[in-house]
Amino acid sequence: MSAAATGIAPIPGTTFFDGAQSQKGYQLNKMCYSFNDAECREAFLADEDAYCDKFDLTPQQRDAIKARNVLQLIEAGGNIYYLAKFAGIFGLDVQDVGAQQTGMSVDDFKAMLVAAGDD
Amino acid sequence: MAQIVGGITTSHIPAIGNAITNGLQEEPYWKPFFDGFPPVHEWLDKVQPDVAVIIYNDHGLNFFLDKMPTFAIGAAAEYPNADEGWGLKTLPPFPGDPDLSWEIIESLVADGFDMTTCQEMKVDHGFSVPMSLLWGHKGKIPVRAIPVEINTVQYPLPTPARCYHLGKALGKAIEASSSDARVVVVGTGGLSHQLDGERAGFINKKFDLMCMDKIVNEPEALIDYSVHDIVENAGAQGAEFVLWLAMRGALSEKVKKVHSNYHIPISNTASGLLVLENAA
Repeated sequence: MSAAATGIAPIPGTTFFDGAQSQKGYQLNKMCYSFNDAECREAFLADEDAYCDKFDLTPQQRDAIKARNVLQLIEAGGNIYYLAKFAGIFGLDVQDVGAQQTGMSVDDFKAMLVAAGDD
Repeated sequence: MAQIVGGITTSHIPAIGNAITNGLQEEPYWKPFFDGFPPVHEWLDKVQPDVAVIIYNDHGLNFFLDKMPTFAIGAAAEYPNADEGWGLKTLPPFPGDPDLSWEIIESLVADGFDMTTCQEMKVDHGFSVPMSLLWGHKGKIPVRAIPVEINTVQYPLPTPARCYHLGKALGKAIEASSSDARVVVVGTGGLSHQLDGERAGFINKKFDLMCMDKIVNEPEALIDYSVHDIVENAGAQGAEFVLWLAMRGALSEKVKKVHSNYHIPISNTASGLLVLENAA
């Protein structure tokens, strides 16, 4: 549902995971889906390059994985639910991931969430 | 003929499961959330359901992008939980009710809802966290469960109106079945939240409270929103509100609000809790 395809106004800071994104990110998401299994998480940690080879990631996807950068991973077709499994390997939760994407400290990000209750 | 006793909506975020595992219910961060549940437990003790139909979205445990059904339903004798990759404790399998599942499937497909039927189905936190919140304190889960899964991962998502009408067909199917079960319908997820992108952390209290109000007596005022409208107003994962609309569709036109609670934040979300009783 890209804005260009539908004529619907884009929502800033939001990527709709549509057919185009899903095709682009298929291999990346497939790798992240494999991280449901502890053995796969261990195999990734033991040899990251070899594990990415198995899934035939694009150079853009490999760079984003190496950089542990969520916005780059989304740009490369990653879907947040599968990416959460990648983040989980490093013990990161959704506040850590939110802080990284918004350029805030984790404490500031959490404070922003609390403040949303004051409106 | 099964009887629908009412419906419940609740958040299903994984952090709740961890809080239960670690006994954090009385911590200041969690208390305003968990304090919403004793009245729900009292209501469940009163209405004594035998079956829970749990409307949820899979987040990448049972379904992957290789085959992504828009609407799926379980038809299994039990539903296993499993490792989702980020450390939530795996729970024992949940018992199902395959005979009632198949009666519901027959009716839904006859009504034009062509469900993907699952005789093996792993259920993730979207299903297991609500089960823990509603019945975890009982030790053994006292209900048979039927999972109804709606795609909120890959666009296009089904429209809010379509999900509401799926709920209507589901309610009709349950009430027309030969089962003598007492059934509670649970809509999970929401309310406003966004996990991904520069807009991560988006929460909209005003919109949430409007939705929680309207869904009781005027649900049809909400079904003309597009998914895009809901994402704009409630964040990317706020789209889970379609699961609430499906629950509401399954209830009678008039319902009684028994209980509600709303709290910001738990994890990245605004949490909404509702208990609606079917009019007699």
